[in-house]
Amino acid sequence: MAFAPFAAAAWLFVIGLYGVVSSQNLVRTVLSLTVVQSSTYLVLLGVGYRHAAKAPIVADIPTTSRLVDPVTQVLVLTDVVIEATVIALLLALVVQAHKRFGTVDPAKLRALRD
Amino acid sequence: MTALQAVALLLVVAAGTAIVFISDPLRQTLVLSIFGLTLTLLFFVLQAPDVALSQLVVGSVGMPVIILAALRKIAQHASARERHEEDGE
Amino acid sequence: MSRRGRLLLFGCAGSGLLAVLVIGLHGLPPFGDFHGAYGLLVDRLEPGRRHATDIVTALNFDLRAFDTLGEEFILFASVTGVALLLRHLRDEEDEPPRRSVDDHRFAGASDALRLLSLILIPLLVSLGVYLALHGALTPGGGFQAGVVLAAGPLAILLAGRYLALKRVAPHWAVEALDGIGALAYAAIGLGGLIFASAYLENFLPLGTSGHLLSGGMMPLNSIAVGLEVTGAFLLTWTEFLDQDLLVARGEL
Repeated sequence: MAFAPFAAAAWLFVIGLYGVVSSQNLVRTVLSLTVVQSSTYLVLLGVGYRHAAKAPIVADIPTTSRLVDPVTQVLVLTDVVIEATVIALLLALVVQAHKRFGTVDPAKLRALRD
Repeated sequence: MTALQAVALLLVVAAGTAIVFISDPLRQTLVLSIFGLTLTLLFFVLQAPDVALSQLVVGSVGMPVIILAALRKIAQHASARERHEEDGE
Repeated sequence: MSRRGRLLLFGCAGSGLLAVLVIGLHGLPPFGDFHGAYGLLVDRLEPGRRHATDIVTALNFDLRAFDTLGEEFILFASVTGVALLLRHLRDEEDEPPRRSVDDHRFAGASDALRLLSLILIPLLVSLGVYLALHGALTPGGGFQAGVVLAAGPLAILLAGRYLALKRVAPHWAVEALDGIGALAYAAIGLGGLIFASAYLENFLPLGTSGHLLSGGMMPLNSIAVGLEVTGAFLLTWTEFLDQDLLVARGEL
């Protein structure tokens, strides 16, 4: 039971990769990438958690109470906002590909290139 | 691991798996919003309120608007292309 | 390679990857039992040394401010990439797209939506400003506040008035917001170089813990990042939405 978050993260990673490999629409590929990203959030937050500990905000609890590790939270926090813009960049590339070749199917795009 | 954390984790896994197996990108965007919501719940239960706030605003406002706007642009180019081909004939 | 062949190959490789991941993740400390020294030290020492009650924001904007600078510029670069790609796309069009059958559906919004966005806009703006200023005290900070503030003009857009959005958030203003936010963060770091001993080191008075102006340069950094994230998201949204509604509205 203690391994559950990490197992869930590994499962999300592989299922997201399956979505990338098997999709026939480039937009679906990009959306499956978000699932892969969230698996990393799970691993980071799962590592930093401590049993029966509180959130790292000491406004109303004594500063010597048992707190969750804050460093892993910092990594995930900025990452969540920034990955949204990276997904926007990928979608702009998809829109550009559609404009040029008229299709968002990766198989047909390869045929056009050859 | 408390019962609440276990339930939240299960919901996250279910929503993540659902995203991959839906075929229409528009429906996938809606499930992506729900996935963001389940992630918010999980982050909150793992004692990370800052991260939960971040994921909530990005998953409900930031990402779906970007994806829907991109889908609309693709649909618009597709209909413009069809009109071009009709005029050319 | 055919699609079936590709999926079969992934079936083998994917299960192998899953097995390797599970074996690798077993090496981590068990869930709930983490003893990382850095985190423990920060939890103990930070409230006394930096007078901020939100330890995550203190890490983000003061103790590990350099990492946030790098991440902020990743954001900046992605948004610049989106703007370049979509503007190049727009310049290539030989004619503006004509109005298609379903364009008129968005150009007008129902009264309920207009009323709701009227109520939402002041709530969103005040919530965003609250989150940005109270980053050092309660959960919040520049990143969250930036997205919430960007949702304000988006509510105007949802009410169907795209040209009103262009007046409230024109292109030059949104780009300027993005650039000024990034520049302000880097410039505050220079203040650390000039008045203290290192780049991005705190050089402002720390104030008392729990008050609004505590934490030295943390609120300033938070506001700078908030401005940048607002500009980035608004720029991305307007770039993607640009031609659709303009045409529909012009022909009404």
